[in-house]
Amino acid sequence: MKTTAFTTIHQNLGAKMVPFAGYLMPVTFEGLIAEHETVRHKLGVFDVSHMGEFWVKGPKALEFLQWVTSNDVSKLVDGKVQYSCLPNDKGGIVDDLLVYRVDPQTYLLVVNAANVDKDWAWCNSQNKFGATLYNASDEISQLAIQGPLALKAMQKLTDTPVTDMEYYTFKKLTFAGVKDVIFSTTGYTGAGGCEVYMANADAVKIYNAVMEAGKEFGIKPIGLGARDTLRLEMGFCLYGNDINDTTSPIEAGLGWITKFNDGKEFMNKAALLKQKKEGVSRKLIGFEMTEMGIPRHGYSIVSENGDVIGEVTSGTMSPSLKKPIGMGYVPTALSAEGSEIRIKIRDKALKAKVVKFPFYKA
Amino acid sequence: MNVPANLKYTKDHEWIRVEGEEAFVGITDYAQHELGDIVFVEVETVGEVLNQGETFGTIEAVKTVSDMFMPAGGEVLAFNEDLTTKPETINQDPYEKGWVVRIRISNAAELDQLLDAAAYEKIIG
Repeated sequence: MKTTAFTTIHQNLGAKMVPFAGYLMPVTFEGLIAEHETVRHKLGVFDVSHMGEFWVKGPKALEFLQWVTSNDVSKLVDGKVQYSCLPNDKGGIVDDLLVYRVDPQTYLLVVNAANVDKDWAWCNSQNKFGATLYNASDEISQLAIQGPLALKAMQKLTDTPVTDMEYYTFKKLTFAGVKDVIFSTTGYTGAGGCEVYMANADAVKIYNAVMEAGKEFGIKPIGLGARDTLRLEMGFCLYGNDINDTTSPIEAGLGWITKFNDGKEFMNKAALLKQKKEGVSRKLIGFEMTEMGIPRHGYSIVSENGDVIGEVTSGTMSPSLKKPIGMGYVPTALSAEGSEIRIKIRDKALKAKVVKFPFYKA
Repeated sequence: MNVPANLKYTKDHEWIRVEGEEAFVGITDYAQHELGDIVFVEVETVGEVLNQGETFGTIEAVKTVSDMFMPAGGEVLAFNEDLTTKPETINQDPYEKGWVVRIRISNAAELDQLLDAAAYEKIIG
């Protein structure tokens, strides 16, 4: 089991630790709902060091990224971040990821922990362009400081202005006395805040500085449990649940990061363009239960007469909304807002209705 | 972890407090702690006679679902309706206000198969 630079800190704080993507990670500290509320209303810190980081460099970097990712990398400027995915050659998704442009010949890819090896092999197999690839996953630690007070609190640790940074941008700056920290206004909670990338050797120093700077604002350590409920309330896809090797970006509602611009050739473009033009037979939707029951990953979505018509991919009792919500794939005819569907929960088919994302509106 | 001496326990982390022919049943302090924030308790077996070890309801935390099992066979007389609106009562007070069902025990001899506090404490380490 792998550990991160922060594992001992989590254990000393009394975190409940669980195996996740090959790492021993904190799932909760004081309790999932309290942690969730802390991030929605104040600020909290997540250890996300398990995420993978690849550098893509050289004169062929852009060409490679245009081919391997679905979004239009040519639209990026220095200091800008882009959400994207790696389409596979069978209509599915290898992974979803962030693409950072440092300069026209230097990009950072941030990928899901569980997919680091798969993504690394995939990127190398697709690198017929001769871009320089480097897997820095084991050298970089990452903290996500999320919540409406996060940027204000983190401003105390740097002389570079960060509170007015636009969403999905980044700066290289000196943070808590450490040079060349990547400070990025990204995150997967919908609560605002930043993600900070640092060398493993600086990680504990930075963690302690973050907690000290956030103290007056009520900062708390947050586990992966709340990370999941926070992202689900926003309708953000979780790889392995809502998207995988067999779900297409068009089905998953990721058409907005799948760009069919002239001059951008990418993996499986023709098949995905066909889906976009002709439509898909199923779509990923969000739903709220109208009869009481909590949907869970893997439960069936059924028709009025009990036939299985789809599957729940994520579900929980929403801590912010205090009602059960879920995501899942349904036939396109039932994907419109307001459509009635039924979720098979134990021996009952309970009613739910299709709603728009996000579930939670700040 | 709180393990009151006056209760009996199952290895599945239910407790039972016997009062004559009837008994209160709930889940242990250890169980509520392991589950985390409890958000939904469903019991639809009131009025049914169930065997020892049969499922009488389910309990859901934010991330997980668990069945609850009869510590002894008998009729399910009542569900603690307070849990419908305040399932978190189980987190706050698992042995008193957080009881889940009241049952009428069919066969008192089955109680002898349950764990006492010391034996249960050994299981949860």
